[in-house]
Amino acid sequence: MKETRNLIDIMDLSVEEIDELLDTASDIIADPDKYAECCKRKKLATLFFEPSTRTRLSFEAAMYELGGNVIGFSESNSSSAAKGESVADTVRTVGCYADIIAMRHPKEGAPLVATRTAGVPVINAGDGGHNHPTQTLADLLTIRREKGRLTDLTVGLCGDLKFGRTVHSLISAMSRYSGIRFVLISPEELRLPEYVVNGVIEKKGIPYTETTDLEGAIPGLDILYMTRVQRERFFNEQDYLRLKDSYILTPEKLVNARADLSVMHPLPRVNEISVAVDDDSRACYFKQVLNGKYIRMALILKLLGVRV
Amino acid sequence: MIIGQIKDGIVLDHITAGESIHIYDVLGLGKLDCTVAMIKNAESKKMGKKDIIKIGQIIDLDFAVLGYLDPGITVNIIRDGKLDKREHLSLPERVKGIIRCKNPRCITSCEQELEHEFKLTDRENKVYRCVYCESKAPEQTK
Repeated sequence: MKETRNLIDIMDLSVEEIDELLDTASDIIADPDKYAECCKRKKLATLFFEPSTRTRLSFEAAMYELGGNVIGFSESNSSSAAKGESVADTVRTVGCYADIIAMRHPKEGAPLVATRTAGVPVINAGDGGHNHPTQTLADLLTIRREKGRLTDLTVGLCGDLKFGRTVHSLISAMSRYSGIRFVLISPEELRLPEYVVNGVIEKKGIPYTETTDLEGAIPGLDILYMTRVQRERFFNEQDYLRLKDSYILTPEKLVNARADLSVMHPLPRVNEISVAVDDDSRACYFKQVLNGKYIRMALILKLLGVRV
Repeated sequence: MIIGQIKDGIVLDHITAGESIHIYDVLGLGKLDCTVAMIKNAESKKMGKKDIIKIGQIIDLDFAVLGYLDPGITVNIIRDGKLDKREHLSLPERVKGIIRCKNPRCITSCEQELEHEFKLTDRENKVYRCVYCESKAPEQTK
């Protein structure tokens, strides 16, 4: 029996598999009609125990554009989780109806639990502050399309590096490419967790600096990856209010940035990137959104074993 | 002090001095009907001081649990008064059910009957991390 493939952590994919996904996504962008019917009669279940706009709609749009169908729920209150059903039981049930599952859950590790009972491929669409591998795939596709490479880049990550799951996944993924340097920009309280610093960056001998100074760091960057300080990750509202406006990117702060800088953000933003930056040619965050759909199409094809 | 020879049983040797009570509790040796002897602070050429536990019966031991608790322990299986087998323990790659994840954001904090499981991520520094949320295992309370 063929082993079910899942995507829980970006590191579940080899560099070769990521390259293959990026190639497929690029081919979809070039010729979408070729893929329009290839998931006909297949169903994607989107199990979102936590609110989302982009990720859920992106998965759903991806499946529809592949000719498939979508079932699911968009908040835990509209599922049996509200009655106290376990993740394992919910997913075992859904696995009877769907061919593939995309799951978001506020608890870290929930999608891993899901893989044990689903019986169909499970994609982690975000588990608490832990991992968000499909956002990382969207980020990698954006970087490759903007820069033409995934090597030899100075990547600045700014904002909530502690709870920012997209940051953790992106660092893990980028650390496998040569010539990468990280600049970690955050308030003291939201620094990158030591398991990422020690377990990924230092373990691989990747050069990095930590700073609280965004403006000072900007001129040296090829990529500036902004993140939101997430209210939902704080147990204490006062801590959130104190830290939420730590960094706000404005056109003035970009004056000394490189002409080919790519400003990225996993979205949603609150106020950490001024709307005035949107018209700057270096702003890439809405391109990331579109790339997210294409890379999820490529991922669905891969996990379902559909060859085009 | 003289503790009698065992005919059939297990000797846990080279236990870190002072830790035998902890090992005794975790292995549930208090529930056994056979003779169990705990020797604290015995002289040791290798360790200076060590603890020893002698169990007067051959029982199933979870070497993973024992290795996690104290990887320096030597397990001697005695049959007919002779050494039958000797096991030198090491840190297990995975431990289930003996460490609890303290991260309130981890799925183990709410999922029914989900066994807490940790994997060894840094052998040199004895670092275990939760397989679900990657939080570092809490320091052992000894």
